[in-house]
Amino acid sequence: MTKALLSGNEAIARGAYEAGVQVATGYPGTPSSEILETIASRYGDRIYAEWSTNEKVAMDTAAGAAYSGRRALVTTKQVGMNVLSDALLYTVYTGVEAGLVVVTADDPGMFSSQNEQDNRWYARLAKIPLLEPADSQEAKDFVVQAIGLSERFDTPVLIRTTMRTSHSKGVVLEGPRQDVPDEVGPFPRRQEKYVCTAMWAKKRHPVVEQRLVDLAKHAEELPLNRIEWGDRSIGIITSGITYAYAREVFPGASFLKLGMTFPLPHETIRAFADGVDRVVVIEELDPFLEEQIQAMGIPAAGKEIFPSCDELLPDTLAELAVGAGLLPSKAVGSPSRPEVPAELPPRIPVLCAGCPHRSSYYWLSQMKMPVAGDIGCYNLGCLPPFNAQHTMGCMGASIGVLHGMSIAGMPERAVATIGDSTFFHSGMPALVNMVHNRSRGVVLIMDNGTTAMTGHQDHPGTSWSLHEREAPHVEIEAVVRALGVEKVRTVDAFDVQQVKEGLDDCLAFDGPSVLIAKGLCAQLSKPKTAAYEVNADVCIACGTCFKLGCPAIVKSNEVVESTGRTKAAIDPTQCVGCDMCRQVCPVGAIRAPGAGSEEADG
Amino acid sequence: MKRLDFLIAGVGGQGTLLASDILAEVGMRAGYDAKKSDVLGLAIRGGSVLSHVRWGERVDSPVVRKGRMDVMLAFEPLEAMRGVGLMRPGGTIVCNTQPVVPISVTSGDATYPSRSEIEATLAATAGTVYHVDATSEAIRIGNAKVTNVIMLGAFSALLDVDRTIWEHVVLSRVPDAYVDLNRSAFRTGRSLIDGEDGR
Repeated sequence: MTKALLSGNEAIARGAYEAGVQVATGYPGTPSSEILETIASRYGDRIYAEWSTNEKVAMDTAAGAAYSGRRALVTTKQVGMNVLSDALLYTVYTGVEAGLVVVTADDPGMFSSQNEQDNRWYARLAKIPLLEPADSQEAKDFVVQAIGLSERFDTPVLIRTTMRTSHSKGVVLEGPRQDVPDEVGPFPRRQEKYVCTAMWAKKRHPVVEQRLVDLAKHAEELPLNRIEWGDRSIGIITSGITYAYAREVFPGASFLKLGMTFPLPHETIRAFADGVDRVVVIEELDPFLEEQIQAMGIPAAGKEIFPSCDELLPDTLAELAVGAGLLPSKAVGSPSRPEVPAELPPRIPVLCAGCPHRSSYYWLSQMKMPVAGDIGCYNLGCLPPFNAQHTMGCMGASIGVLHGMSIAGMPERAVATIGDSTFFHSGMPALVNMVHNRSRGVVLIMDNGTTAMTGHQDHPGTSWSLHEREAPHVEIEAVVRALGVEKVRTVDAFDVQQVKEGLDDCLAFDGPSVLIAKGLCAQLSKPKTAAYEVNADVCIACGTCFKLGCPAIVKSNEVVESTGRTKAAIDPTQCVGCDMCRQVCPVGAIRAPGAGSEEADG
Repeated sequence: MKRLDFLIAGVGGQGTLLASDILAEVGMRAGYDAKKSDVLGLAIRGGSVLSHVRWGERVDSPVVRKGRMDVMLAFEPLEAMRGVGLMRPGGTIVCNTQPVVPISVTSGDATYPSRSEIEATLAATAGTVYHVDATSEAIRIGNAKVTNVIMLGAFSALLDVDRTIWEHVVLSRVPDAYVDLNRSAFRTGRSLIDGEDGR
């Protein structure tokens, strides 16, 4: 056994390796993405790993592999679970031939998500076992446990982490990989099990219910659920990362630490509750444990003290516990705690210098039309200086929302923005729908050649994949045409005027149109040239270049006296020479290094 | 076994995540239980990044409570200012003196604190403050990107951990082509506080 410092996500990847997993699928999404990336980079010789086009495809794929006798793992972020769930729910009825585990990484605190949904409910909805690791060691161990449970009880198993468990690092003892056969036999022709048509599914439903009863019994003897006796005046029931926080804040209390949080071990919970004066349930987000424990007739406190919003970090926990009289007031802070100086300059998120999305938002902000947005870096178009995005909900939503605006009879012309990976994920069905239902509006596909925001993963439009250096790729323009869109244009995103002409052309079309603004993500492209410069003698301080919202374009020290406005300068450490500012400057004041300043943009 | 809680404060792109990985692993190899957690701002690049690293007999929470950090390793002065609220009074700060000016300042909407303001704030919080010009040292030895390893080298002189553990962990986590540069960076950094010229 060797010791390693692993993040929760790396530990889950390690767990997949040790558990003999052979197929791993998913769609990128913070905070889950590193699981598959680690599997591919460290264990790619033993585990097939792929980024599927979306979470549902990933789940169907894993189901097919598990039916075929391969242990399989699927990863998703919390909102991806909504996409995945349709596929998960049938596997609950079918069961599996080999272990099938779904990992959902939830995001309390919404560090990179549109909501704070608590995916533990999915276990209850689906009627499948739920494991919640508290640290990296458990993250690894629980994958091995989950594969075991999956095969023993013939069910998919859900593992739920949170951003903190997934991204924190801790010490992990690594073990060997379980032996799994290299080959699989013929596919099982068990229609009564694997065909979920009503006549057979009706017979499977009682199997699902009995399985839950058996699992609840098993939960009583599972070492994942353990009692740690301490001071009996307070008994804390908790799970996942909140266990680590609560251990810190209540060092002397009694704990029931639940590793499997559905179905619950009722006898263990009763024994624990009987052994303490007061039961307190501490859990981030929803009262998932609390409501089940209260339904057992146990008077447990929970959400009345610890709210459903945001993370329950140790400081928050301590303050709330003191407020509720669970801890003495000295448990909060240190008396002479230094305060952060007020009003420090913020570091505001912006599109990177050299980002291809900049030209589109430059025009959309000036054209002032309603824009339905989608999930990705381009969501930064909703922030200053652009303020050019007016809705954003979930993956692929922008096209459907645009269609809704169209059929609602909205008098303005409108645009939907969507990224390349998001288009493949769930934009395509919505676009076909626009065609078939005679919609109107421009779908602007911002193709930067990667799934950028989650760390530059592949998608069907890229010429590489998670497991292959060279992979077949699908051209977006060809797909769009094949979907029946008549008006399609592709423009160079770094040619600012071309983007404007493309937008005007598509907006003039009476029907659904698609504009593809193509340009490689700035993080993947090498700097094109050395930094550009502003010729201060030519600059009239009109502010046009500032409208690009580029972090490399800064205010200089020079002010034009007649207007009181500040001239522009370029930060050479940030500029990558994308050329957009030179193109928009009306007086030719911006130049590439070595170029003359008099040439106006041609 | 003494518990030690560290804060690494910096800006995306400065290599703070690698530094916090290294610090946590050094703790593990020195025989501690170790955990770390990074708090990233919204920005992919250029945002504030705070990493908590903990060494101890047994570490539960990867997140440290406010006012309890023993040491802050600040890669950037403004981020050091932001981090002081997490420090325990009398702790130690090692601060790189080179600013990374945020867009809110370059756009003219905000003012970057003066050097004297920064020094006064840090001195009012900590028992000991080391101001080191790690960025200039990094550029001097060949690459601004090794600023993080210079900072770790400087800071390593303050801890009672065998230098060979430090060098092993640092060098195992950098690409082969950069091993010599990083060794040099670590030793340069160490000499900034140690006063023992890269021994």
